[in-house]
Amino acid sequence: MAKHKVLVAEFDTPAEIVSAAGKLQAAGYRDYDAHIPFPIHGLDKAMKIPDSKLGWIVLACGITGASIGLGLQWWSSTIEYPMVIGGKPFFSFQAFVPVTFALTILLSAFGTVFGMFALNGLPRWHHPVLMHPNLRRMTDDKFYLSVESDDPRFDLTKTRDLLEQVGGKRIALLETP
Amino acid sequence: MPEAILPASLVEEEKLVSGNPSFHDITHLVSEVTERKTPMAWYIVLALSLGILAAFGGTVMYLVWAGIGIWGLQQPVGWAWDITNFVFWVGIGHAGTLISAILFLFRQKWRTSINRFAEAMTLFAVACALLFPGIHVGRIWMTYYLAPLPNAMGMWPNFRSPLLWDVFAVGTYGTVSLLFWYVGLIPDLATLRDRAKTKTRAMLYGLFSLGWRGSMRHWINYERAYLILAGISTPLVLSVHTIVSFDFATSVIPGWHTTIFPPYFVAGAIFSGFAMVVTLMVLARQLFGLKDLVTIGHLEKMNKIILLTGTLVGYAYAMEFFIAWYSGGEYERFAFINRAFGPYAWAYWTMITCNVISPQFFWFKRFRRSIPVMFVLSIVVNIGMWFERFVIIVTSLHRDFLPSSWGYFMPSKWDLLTFIGSFGLFFTLFLLFIRFLPMIAIAEVKSVTPQADPHFGHRNEGDLVAEAH
Repeated sequence: MAKHKVLVAEFDTPAEIVSAAGKLQAAGYRDYDAHIPFPIHGLDKAMKIPDSKLGWIVLACGITGASIGLGLQWWSSTIEYPMVIGGKPFFSFQAFVPVTFALTILLSAFGTVFGMFALNGLPRWHHPVLMHPNLRRMTDDKFYLSVESDDPRFDLTKTRDLLEQVGGKRIALLETP
Repeated sequence: MPEAILPASLVEEEKLVSGNPSFHDITHLVSEVTERKTPMAWYIVLALSLGILAAFGGTVMYLVWAGIGIWGLQQPVGWAWDITNFVFWVGIGHAGTLISAILFLFRQKWRTSINRFAEAMTLFAVACALLFPGIHVGRIWMTYYLAPLPNAMGMWPNFRSPLLWDVFAVGTYGTVSLLFWYVGLIPDLATLRDRAKTKTRAMLYGLFSLGWRGSMRHWINYERAYLILAGISTPLVLSVHTIVSFDFATSVIPGWHTTIFPPYFVAGAIFSGFAMVVTLMVLARQLFGLKDLVTIGHLEKMNKIILLTGTLVGYAYAMEFFIAWYSGGEYERFAFINRAFGPYAWAYWTMITCNVISPQFFWFKRFRRSIPVMFVLSIVVNIGMWFERFVIIVTSLHRDFLPSSWGYFMPSKWDLLTFIGSFGLFFTLFLLFIRFLPMIAIAEVKSVTPQADPHFGHRNEGDLVAEAH
C-alpha cells in the first residue's frame, strides 16, 4: 500500500486560514482539511463543507426511544402484567408520558454523541497529524491546513507552492504507512 | 475609530474575558492548573473529603446491615432526610445543565467561562442524589425491581407510579449530563494531550480525547451535536425537577397535593444550583488565578439569576399559602398554618429568611459585585434550600388527617452522618476534577474572544457591536 502523505501549512489568524481555505477550494482541491483550536464560523462556507447530517440520526433515535418507551409501558401494563391500579385503565397513557419522554431524550442523546463520533470517524488514534510535533499547536493557538495525498490534484511540488502562495508557513510533509 | 459614539454599557458587555489574553494565554491559564505541582493544600482537602466519604461508606454499610430503622424515621414521618437530601442534591445539579443548555440556546456567551465547572458540579451532585433513593428503600439488593426487566416472578414495575418516573427521569438526566460534559471536554482533553510533558499524561489524555485533531470537518458535526444536546437537555432539565415534584404532587397529603409544585421546584432547583456554582466558583477562581476568564461580571450575572429565582421561590411560598386559604380545604389550611406556626416553625422561618429575604440584597449592584457578600449569601441560599425540602417533606407528613397519628421527627446521628457523608463524595469528585481536567472550556472561551472573529481588525468596532445585536 502506498504511503499516505499529508502536506500541512501553518497560519496565524482565523482571517488568514479562511482566505487560504477559500483559495484551495477554488483551485479544485477537495481532500483537504483545517485543523484549528476552535470552530471558525465562515471557514465552513469557505471550504464548502455540507451541512451536518447528524439531525437525521438523532431524529431516528428519538423516534425509536419514544416507541420503545410507549411500547414497553403499553405492553407490560396491558398484556404482560395487567393490574388495576387506582381504578385507572390499563393503558392510561397520560401516566406514561414521563417515561416515554425520558426514553426519547435518552436515546436521542446517545444518537447525538455516538452519531457524531461515527460521522467524524472517532475514536481514531493514529492519524498522521497527531504524530507530528509541529502540529501540537492546532489545539492551542495556531491554524493549519492539510492536504491529503488522496486528493486527485495532489502534487508534492505544486501543492506545496500553492500553500506557500496562500500564506502558509512552516509547510511540512507528514507520512504514515 | 469612532469610539466616542458607543455607550459605555455596550462596550463593557462585549468584554467576556478581561486582560486581553491571547489564544495561547487562555490555553496556558486553564491547562496549567492541571500541570503544575500538586499543591499541598489539595492533598489536605482531599484527605479530609476522603475521610468524610469513608464515613459515608461505613454509614451506608451499617444502614444496609441494620435497615433504615437506624434513621429517625417512624410513623407518620416515613420520609425525612433521605428524600430531603435527594431533592436537595438533584436541585443543586440543575444549574449546570441550565448554564450549558438553556443559556447556550439563548446565545448567552458569558456562559462559556463557567459552564464546564457547573456541568461537573451537576454530575457530582446527581451522583450524590442518586444514592439517596437507592439506599432509602432499605433492601437495596431489591432495587433492580425498579428496572423493567423480565424476571422469574413475571412482575413488571408500575409505570403509573411517580416514583418510577423518577428513576427514568433522574437516570436519563445523569446519563445525558455525563454525555454533554464529556462531549464538551473532548477538544480540551486534546489540548492537554498536545501539551503533555510526560508519557502517562499523553497516553491518558490521548485515550480520552479519542484522537481529536481539531478538523473543521469534525467541528461541523461537533457543533451540531452540541446544539442538539443543548436542545434536548433543555426540556430534560425542566422535566426532571417537575417529575421529582410529582413524587409529592400526585399524593393526597395536605401541603403536597398542589399544582404549583412543578414550576416551583424547578425555580428552587435553579436557585440552589446557581448558589452552589457561586460558592465553588468564588473559591476556585481565587485559588487558581482564573480572574481574567471568570470575571466579576460573570459572577454578577449569576447573582442576578439567584435574585430572580429566589424571588420566584418567594412568590411560590406566598401562593401556596394563598391557595391553602382560598381553596377552603380545611386540612390544606391547617397544614400551612402548622408549617408557619407549628412545631417546625423554626425550620419554616429559617427557609423564609434564607431563601426569600437573603437574595434581595442582590438588588444592589454593590452587593452583586462583592465577593464576600455573594460567597456568604450563596451558602445561606443553599442552607435555605435544604430547609425548603425539609419543610415540605416533614411538616406535611408529621401532622396529616388524623391527630391520633401525629408525631415529631428527630434525626438520628445516622441521618446526620449520611447527609454530611454525601458531601464527602461530592467534594472528592470535585477535587479530582479540578486537579486533572480543564475546569474552563478552553476552546469555547477562545471562540468568544474578539480575535477569534475572522473579520477581526478588518472593520471598526461599531460594526462589531451592530452585528452583535
